[in-house]
Amino acid sequence: MGGALNINHLLFLGHGALWTIGLSAIALIGGGSFGFLVALGRVSPSRAVRLLAATYVQIIQGTPLLVIMFLSFFGLAALGLNISPLLAAGASMTIFVAAYLGEIWRGCIEAVPKQQWEAAEGLALSRSQRMIKVILPQAIRIATPPTVGFMVQIVKNTSLASVVGFVELTRSGQIINNSLFEPFIIYSIIALVYFSLCYPLSRLSRRLERTALHKKPALA
Amino acid sequence: MNAHVIPPAAPPNAPVVALRDVHKSFGALKVLDGVSFAVGRGEVIVLIGRSGSGKSTALRCIDRFETIDGGEIEVCGRRVDDARLDVRALRQDVGIVFQSYNLFPHLTIEENITLAPHAVKKVPKAEARALAAKVLAQVGLEEKLHAYPEQLSGGQQQRAAIARSLAMQPKVMLFDEVTSALDPELTGEVLKVIEALAADGMTMVLVTHEMSFARGIADQVVFMHKGKVHEAGPAGILSSPSTPELAQFVGTGL
Ligand SMILES: Nc1ncnc2c1ncn2[C@@H]1O[C@H](COP(=O)(O)OP(=O)(O)O)[C@@H](O)[C@H]1O
Ligand SMILES: [Mg+2]
Repeated sequence: MGGALNINHLLFLGHGALWTIGLSAIALIGGGSFGFLVALGRVSPSRAVRLLAATYVQIIQGTPLLVIMFLSFFGLAALGLNISPLLAAGASMTIFVAAYLGEIWRGCIEAVPKQQWEAAEGLALSRSQRMIKVILPQAIRIATPPTVGFMVQIVKNTSLASVVGFVELTRSGQIINNSLFEPFIIYSIIALVYFSLCYPLSRLSRRLERTALHKKPALA
Repeated sequence: MNAHVIPPAAPPNAPVVALRDVHKSFGALKVLDGVSFAVGRGEVIVLIGRSGSGKSTALRCIDRFETIDGGEIEVCGRRVDDARLDVRALRQDVGIVFQSYNLFPHLTIEENITLAPHAVKKVPKAEARALAAKVLAQVGLEEKLHAYPEQLSGGQQQRAAIARSLAMQPKVMLFDEVTSALDPELTGEVLKVIEALAADGMTMVLVTHEMSFARGIADQVVFMHKGKVHEAGPAGILSSPSTPELAQFVGTGL
């Protein structure tokens, strides 16, 4: 490379942006699945399971994502376990997102009125029937706006994967800047791309929140 | 051959619900202090008393929403105070309707009603739907089958909640102030449904503040005061109470 910013640089950035989206998707799917289990664990009738899930959330929420990234890439490598930047970044994001989404979703499950549990109990439904047929469908509605809102955090946090050499948007910007020395222009472009990914998500989240407020059980 | 797997049948004249010297505290607060009453098949028992006198707690103990500290509760031949009780079997025999109807907002009225018969009693879907139509007709809401709870008035929601309980074909129904959350002009339609159930021979325990309704429907009135059955007897005790507490209670209207 070298010289002035040209179409190849932009294509390279575009490629990085696609990986930012890809890593966000991995984080959402992996962290969402695992986070769902964390949320169920947090409201489990078993004390041991509740404690385990709470401990997990506490530890991850008390650890910077950057440190989780370092641990899963350099830490594991030092122990003789070499994993690719993609695997390290994907696993770190999954572990991180699971703790936060797990906690958000626990709140949504608990936001379903206690009387709904009792009505379901009075009808002799089993615990899992109460959860699946009565509580979760209502919790999912409550969870949609904050979950979409949290996706903004996911997208922004994928930039930390640059530290393990994963070439997403931020890392591809660094690479181009190393040859062009145009940090203001390049990082402005990158900021603009992040903004255009995040802004629609936060708009959507706010709109969902408003509609949820105005007509409670909207969708059928 | 398999006679020994059939549970011993309760004697034909055994009470459907019986509380014997039931004690229940929440922490230091004694809420039920030796409560006893019995409900025979087809009987209607009305619990009355001031707010905080333990009426709701007594109902909740019958359906094992609360566990008791002392005494006995028997429902349809089952010992509810037994730690090994099959709670879900108990709840198939007991229908309970609360003050705040608690319909499931994400389900249509039909789905609200078919959920438990299908999931718990394994009634096939088509049969459960026929059942839903039948119980809805019983409460006069047959045209609301496909409506969502939010589309109904409070009175209609409460009738739908009653229908949902009836679809489980309970042996006894518990009603806890089911008209208290309703606008006065909507209470009548709900009380009428309960009266029709009583006329049909349903065994019921109900808590109400509607004194004229209580007078009309009760086979037995139980007046609770400070966690005790202070006075009990036929509906006539409402017109000629023998304790000053009941006299004062009916005198104040509510
Ligand atoms: N789960 C509970 N925990 C603590 N106190 C309770 C609980 N449920 C009821 N109580 C208390 O028990 C007393 C009796 O309540 P309740 O049975 O609801 O009376 P009633 O239905 O006659 O108004 C009240 O003082 C109430 O605050
Ligand atoms: Mg009460």
